[in-house]
Amino acid sequence: MKAARLRRLGGLLRKELLQIWRDPSALAIAFALPALLLIIFGYGVSLDATNVPLALVVQHPDGLTASFTSQFSHSPFFRPRRFLTIQGAETAMAARKVEGIIWLQSDFTRRAESDGNAPIGVIVNGVDANDARIIEGYVQQVWANWLTARAAVDGKGAALPLAAQPQVRFNASVSSRDYLVPGLIAVIMTLTGALLTALVIAREWERGTLEALMVTRVTVSEILLAKLVPYFLLGMGGMAASVLLAVFLFGVPLHGSVLVLTGASALFMLAALGMGLVISGFARNQFVAGQIAIITTFLPAFILSGFVFDISSMPAAVQIITHIVAARYFVAILQSVFLAGDVWPVVVPNALALAVMAAIFLGVARATARKRLD
Amino acid sequence: MPPAAEAPPALRLEDVRRSFRTGKRVVVALDGVSATAARGAVTGLIGPDGAGKTTLMRLIAGLLRADGGRIEVLGIDVARNPLGVQARLGYMPQRFGLYEDLSVKENLDLYADLQGVTPEERGVRYAELLHMTGLGPFTARMAGRLSGGMKQKLGLACTLVHPPELLLLDEPTVGVDPVSRRELWQIIDHLTRTAHMTVLFSTAYLDEAERCDSVLLIHEGRLLGRGAPGTFTAEMAGRSFLARAEGVGRRALQARMAKMPGVIDAVIQGSGVRVVTEAAGPSDQTALPSGGSGFALVPTAPRFEDSFVARLRAQSSAPTPTSGANDAPRPRGDPPASAPTTPARSAREDIIVVQHLTRRFGTFHAVDDVSFSVARGEIFGLLGANGAGKSTTFRMLCGLLPPSEGTLRVAGFDLRTAAAPARGRIGYMAQKFSLYGDLSVAQNLRFFSSAYRLYGARQREQLAWAEEEFQLGPLAEATARDLPLGFKQRLALACALMHEPEILFLDEPTSGVDPLARREFWRRINALAEAGVTVLVTTHFMEEAEYCDRLVIMAQGRVLTAGTPAAIKEAARASALPDPTMEDAFIAVIEAAQPARAA
Repeated sequence: MKAARLRRLGGLLRKELLQIWRDPSALAIAFALPALLLIIFGYGVSLDATNVPLALVVQHPDGLTASFTSQFSHSPFFRPRRFLTIQGAETAMAARKVEGIIWLQSDFTRRAESDGNAPIGVIVNGVDANDARIIEGYVQQVWANWLTARAAVDGKGAALPLAAQPQVRFNASVSSRDYLVPGLIAVIMTLTGALLTALVIAREWERGTLEALMVTRVTVSEILLAKLVPYFLLGMGGMAASVLLAVFLFGVPLHGSVLVLTGASALFMLAALGMGLVISGFARNQFVAGQIAIITTFLPAFILSGFVFDISSMPAAVQIITHIVAARYFVAILQSVFLAGDVWPVVVPNALALAVMAAIFLGVARATARKRLD
Repeated sequence: MPPAAEAPPALRLEDVRRSFRTGKRVVVALDGVSATAARGAVTGLIGPDGAGKTTLMRLIAGLLRADGGRIEVLGIDVARNPLGVQARLGYMPQRFGLYEDLSVKENLDLYADLQGVTPEERGVRYAELLHMTGLGPFTARMAGRLSGGMKQKLGLACTLVHPPELLLLDEPTVGVDPVSRRELWQIIDHLTRTAHMTVLFSTAYLDEAERCDSVLLIHEGRLLGRGAPGTFTAEMAGRSFLARAEGVGRRALQARMAKMPGVIDAVIQGSGVRVVTEAAGPSDQTALPSGGSGFALVPTAPRFEDSFVARLRAQSSAPTPTSGANDAPRPRGDPPASAPTTPARSAREDIIVVQHLTRRFGTFHAVDDVSFSVARGEIFGLLGANGAGKSTTFRMLCGLLPPSEGTLRVAGFDLRTAAAPARGRIGYMAQKFSLYGDLSVAQNLRFFSSAYRLYGARQREQLAWAEEEFQLGPLAEATARDLPLGFKQRLALACALMHEPEILFLDEPTSGVDPLARREFWRRINALAEAGVTVLVTTHFMEEAEYCDRLVIMAQGRVLTAGTPAAIKEAARASALPDPTMEDAFIAVIEAAQPARAA
């Protein structure tokens, strides 16, 4: 009895692995899709401003103004262009050729040397409020750096009122990508996990292979298990690839342990695959299965997981809803494991929540699966 | 092994009922079916599409639950113990789900694992199965790369890895080429004779009834008859004849015979017309109204189909095939269709010319160097199994698919340069009828008429014509999806004819419809041809090929032979086969082509 059961399971597993190997679509979902999404979103969804076109208007160029403006030409955040008049710069800004103007008036050097309080005109395009604030912050930072540097050279740093003001809101080494990418991994793995199981089972319905399979001695649990095991391995492979991309392509630091990361990922993958199995219980073709998987996993994970939109600033009702989004717990774990390390008070409760969700989805999948067509 | 003597029958059905809900409507698939199937015999479950065959198979396999009644398989109640039944059952669904990226051997291995066949047992069993199916040389080939017939045989081998006590085969021969079909039947005969397996075999091909030990004839969810095939034909003794009349075209003769009182069926067969009468007996007074000279009515052996038609007629109480207001559609307001008795073949005008037509998909040649021409007013057939290249040829002829090589002229237009004007002259009826299921009959007609750029008074006129001609008026508000298959077919034909095309393309038009609907359909097509419309038809029904004036037989993208049905059959005549059927001819042609292809 037991031998027959193992043989059935072994047969199904072998079939599944051969199919994965020969049909590139499952491999594409597991590896190509996360890599593609990670690259698109990793580069696209960034709250940093880099290479911002900036107009520099220097009415009286001299050594001092040159040392100030060189700060901009050497900064990775700006792409400065020189304009001779403020009018020319304003026209360029109106045409959105530049996003901001730095205006050093003719008395800049004189006032800088007399009372150290030289005025710098900063005009920022406010159409994109977020960008405007970022540019404003960068300019301040550049300015502060310049003042500090100058003070060091002159040896009279303390005399400068602004030297004590480097409220380093933007450290050049901390980019928003470092906290977005780990969250993104969670969002993407939600989608691939659910798609993997939902699509492969829907494909079996479409091709009629499941109908023939069902009229054998195979049991429902065996069918589900044979789907879960290979796609769990595949999903974990995709997860590992995503982590490698995050660390080596995006340069996100990994402060926590790989062990915790693997454990949490395994729990999360079970929940995502379980979700896919539930979907496959009622979606009998790949198109419907794919649509449902995207709507029920990717979109909520994107919006409600807290990876970009802060959960604590959501309305109370929406906050409650976020609790049924598995990605929420995984995002919390990933962000802390990547950026802070194994913070147990964050990892343990979230891992428990993931375990509960995995158990629920797999339980529902088992309970709703039938060895019948109706 | 349970002793056969006291064992219960392999299958016992008691008042089995099952209905499905689609939207708001309830469709009754099975309406109280009771029957038994004896052990060690082939029981044929025969009926047109939508009769309830697949539903019954799935109920027996425990894949569906019955709404009422009781199903016992080998003495086990399926509803109570589906796993117990499934352990002793083999089931091959209509589209047997072979794993196409797995090789023949790997597919067998999977089913061996699932059916608990130990590795030690496999060697002998595989050898036996591979020998039986002829798949031995192909064990390493991916299942997806097998031909249609080989896939069916592999599906069968997979179901047989562990020999089941009851084998359910759901339409294994549909769309399969005649050679593979013959081989499948040889396998089934072998299984019942040597392994004493019980087989339940469903099919829509009525000619397969005669190969079964006993038959369950099923139509619209009800059992229309049961018993040995001989009992069905015995009822028809003395009621089947072959009619011939000199100087009268077979189509005209058929139209005339069908209208005669006492005749319940008249179909073209060979150069004559097969006639079935309402009652057995004297044929002499069935006189031909006019031109009686040279008229001959010869008794012939009844077929299973005759009996099915007789039962259907009795049930539907439709008096004769010509109950309608008109004989046939007359799209051009031409003189009545029956007037031209002999189509003018003298001035042959080729309206479709195909030369060296080739279509490749990657490295695969779907159509390979095909040439033929069709004269105006001709019914021209493309006969072949699924995958022979018929539909691809059709799509190119309709300007839906550009050819890779070759020339195509339709109604004087070169399809490479002038597909759009050519399309205005043709009507196309696709394989699955391509109607809008959510629209009503009237809405479908209106949509297609405007798609063919009919408007104003002309549109109204043609809509009225379609509703009257095809008797769709009473159904105008019915949703197309809910129509019976025969009516869908009628509606699809109406849609294809409203713009009065010169050429009509019919892609598998009668697949699976019941014999009465098929006859009605062909009656219309014949009348159209008599009125000068050119008709191109694809079919895998060998018998339907008889209705064509000329035909080509296709296999693997190539034309194997071309000619009139009589000439093609004549070529297959041999001492062993004095009176070959179209199927015999097809097999002969394929077998003759076999060494050529291997070379």
